[in-house]
Amino acid sequence: MNLVIFIFIVLLGFTSYYFGRKKAYSIQATNTRLTALPQFYGYYLAIWCAIPAFIIYSLWAIFEPSIVKLIILSDYSNQGYLDDELNLIYEKTKSLSRGQFSGEITPYLETSAEKYLNLRSIAQNSKVVLILTIIIASIVYGYKRISSNNRTREPVEKFLNAVLFTASLAAILTTIGIVFSLIFQTIDFFKVIPLFDFIFGTHWYPAKAFVRDASEPLDPSMYSDTFGAVPIFAGTFFIALIAMCVAIPIGLMSGIYLAEYASTKVRQYAKPLIEILAGIPTVVYGFFAALTVGPFLKDIGTAMGLEVSAESALAAGGVMGIMIIPFISSLSDDVITSVPQGLRDGSYAMGATKSETIKKVIFPAALPGIVGSILLGVSRAVGETMIVVMASGLAANLTFNPLESTSTITAQIVVILIGDQAFGDPKTQAAFALGMTLFLVTLSLNIFALRVVKKYREKYE
Amino acid sequence: MNKNKEKLLNSRYRAEKRFQFYGKSAIFLALLFLTIFIFKIFSTGYTAFQKTWLIVPVTFDAETMYLDENPSKEDLKDADYFDLALQTMFDLDKSASEKQQNDLKRMVSYFFEREIKRELLNDPSLIGKTKDVYLTASDDLDQVFKGNYPRDLPEDQRRVTDYQLKIFDQLVEQGRVESKFNLSFFTYPDSREAELAGIASSFMGSIFSILVCLVIAFPVAVLAAIYLEEFAPKNRFTDFIEVNINNLAAVPSIVFGLLGLGILLAVFQLPRSTPLVGGITLSLMTLPTIIIACRASLKAVPPSIREAALAMGASKMQTTMHHTVPLSMPGTLSGTIIGLAQALGETAPLILIGMVAFVNTIPGSPLDPAASLPVQIYIWAESAERGFVEKVSACIMVLLGFLIIMNLFAQIIRHKFEKKWS
Repeated sequence: MNLVIFIFIVLLGFTSYYFGRKKAYSIQATNTRLTALPQFYGYYLAIWCAIPAFIIYSLWAIFEPSIVKLIILSDYSNQGYLDDELNLIYEKTKSLSRGQFSGEITPYLETSAEKYLNLRSIAQNSKVVLILTIIIASIVYGYKRISSNNRTREPVEKFLNAVLFTASLAAILTTIGIVFSLIFQTIDFFKVIPLFDFIFGTHWYPAKAFVRDASEPLDPSMYSDTFGAVPIFAGTFFIALIAMCVAIPIGLMSGIYLAEYASTKVRQYAKPLIEILAGIPTVVYGFFAALTVGPFLKDIGTAMGLEVSAESALAAGGVMGIMIIPFISSLSDDVITSVPQGLRDGSYAMGATKSETIKKVIFPAALPGIVGSILLGVSRAVGETMIVVMASGLAANLTFNPLESTSTITAQIVVILIGDQAFGDPKTQAAFALGMTLFLVTLSLNIFALRVVKKYREKYE
Repeated sequence: MNKNKEKLLNSRYRAEKRFQFYGKSAIFLALLFLTIFIFKIFSTGYTAFQKTWLIVPVTFDAETMYLDENPSKEDLKDADYFDLALQTMFDLDKSASEKQQNDLKRMVSYFFEREIKRELLNDPSLIGKTKDVYLTASDDLDQVFKGNYPRDLPEDQRRVTDYQLKIFDQLVEQGRVESKFNLSFFTYPDSREAELAGIASSFMGSIFSILVCLVIAFPVAVLAAIYLEEFAPKNRFTDFIEVNINNLAAVPSIVFGLLGLGILLAVFQLPRSTPLVGGITLSLMTLPTIIIACRASLKAVPPSIREAALAMGASKMQTTMHHTVPLSMPGTLSGTIIGLAQALGETAPLILIGMVAFVNTIPGSPLDPAASLPVQIYIWAESAERGFVEKVSACIMVLLGFLIIMNLFAQIIRHKFEKKWS
């Protein structure tokens, strides 16, 4: 039904475009000069026809369910039900009215279901009536405006401008959405777990929070020593460090080679090939690390008499480093190519070799940009999820031995939230608190890195 | 003195050579990783495109199926094929003990009943006759036949018993084992049994998610880019929007998963595990990518085009919509495809919104629960059975194939249709 109304409005919008234009042509035929092109009259009428109806339609869709719910549940008020129980009653009523209810049917429930169906049909009918009235009224208004040879281009363009502006708000809305989805859960989490324990605690064992009778009230003392995030902060930092140990030398050197030494032909092929590494999905890297690199390192370790975990931090970090190579190489390539030629020429004129020029002149000049690209790489490494989930351990050990397994912020979020989640549980909230931490860390890294790169660019432009 | 100078010069040249060598080896290493990577995936994955069948003679005995003399089509559909199927397997070795019979049964997939039934439904005249029927081999035998499974392990360490191997070898000798193209890998949904697991459900899940993502992200991103590039006044608020877009582009994907979980599922009560929610989450993620690409291609349209249109009396909106935007479309479209390719490979946010659930039906709409290709890779990679390893690699090959096609497509659009202004 809703779909029918929707399609109806859309069709009406299209037809009214033609009517508007036709009207404009007929005015033109009487040798009256129009103030806008005929199609603008069409757009004008179409907007008048469809937009008010759509607004009503969507407002209705948003508010109808909650209003119906309020009315249904008003019968049950003052009877001492809890919110959860009321919700349950409402769900039961809904499924009964659809004929899908399989539990015990009480007379109360039956009356409610009947009332629900009744309300729904009233709502549906009044919606149709209201929308039709609105459409007719707005079409008549719009049509009248056309006949008086109104200026229509300006309002149409103003409307389009408003649409464009609204679209550009999407980015802000997304950011707000992220912050909102994280902040409430995080605040709830810190009501139970002191911030101090979270930041400085050295035991991370969220599974302990799961062994709890849901009906009992929360006992904060139970969670002391459960959500100490030091091991996973350390693990995140450590795996990112290993990744950067792989990515910085290889990425930077290949960036320098591509920018300074490589012939156009080599550059033409090598650059996109290296960038393929950035296009491979991370889950594929994770599989590669878990299936190939992990066992391989373990075999080597055993041959050398070392104890190596099959899910070592080294495997995860190393593969993550390979993933980050292209970010660093192409960014530093860009940065180095934008160093002015004059600096190079000056250095060559003094008799320096190419590598001396690079090391002593170009590299210092490009350093801010390179630091920026490395920071962006670090933020990638910190936020990378699938490689760690698949190739590194899921238990948070506080260790700095690359051959042992350790865990990261992202891996813990996945571990906690995979499967069913109960909102309001400290364990679920812990995942959001970790997400908040991750968001803040990567955000500040990015802002800082972008600022550094921007400053550097301004210097040479 | 001169000698010293020469020495110094030589050492400087050597340093130069060394430095170049470092650069070359860095590139070599990066490309080496890529090669190992692709080689490894292909060498473990290509066998998954073949499937091993046991060709077993089935005697369609009416009595074993509890059927009358002249059964109708309906009777055939409702008949009990399990006993017939069991009998067929037991007939492979008439002298088998009870334990060995159990082994015999486990040499084929649990679909054997259905495969025999399909054969009879295709040709009801087979009743009372014997015919060779292709039955899907169990994944352990499948792996043995492909040579992925070490046969020389002690019996208690492998999942195939000596007895099964003996019978299997007999079948091989009789030419009753055949390897054919594994069509079911593409047409079956996920399954707990490796030999029956296919990518159809996750593939459809991916398609639906990407479609939802495209429908939401593309219009919003293009409109936003047009506003920011052509209409936005230079003020604090516009700067704020731009800062937001740049930061969103670098937010880790898992944070978007938390957004989907905390807002779309918890607040808006959208259905869990569905491509709809997955697509919305992915669209928020690709939004900045498309906006940035679209702005770049709008910026590349030379101002003279705009000036010419304005000089002809077009309004700002007409200039933009009739001239600038159409000219920028190739760049926008290729940016969109690249953004979608990124979204196609994304896993972490989809796991958080529950698209990791085991789904053994093929979703018919974005509102049905589904997995997606990368999530399928994750699910299979986490399962211990050996048969899934090659499936994971094959699934990766399919996914990479799609990414390559999408990227090529983006390149072609860019090169064929983009106007070069100079």
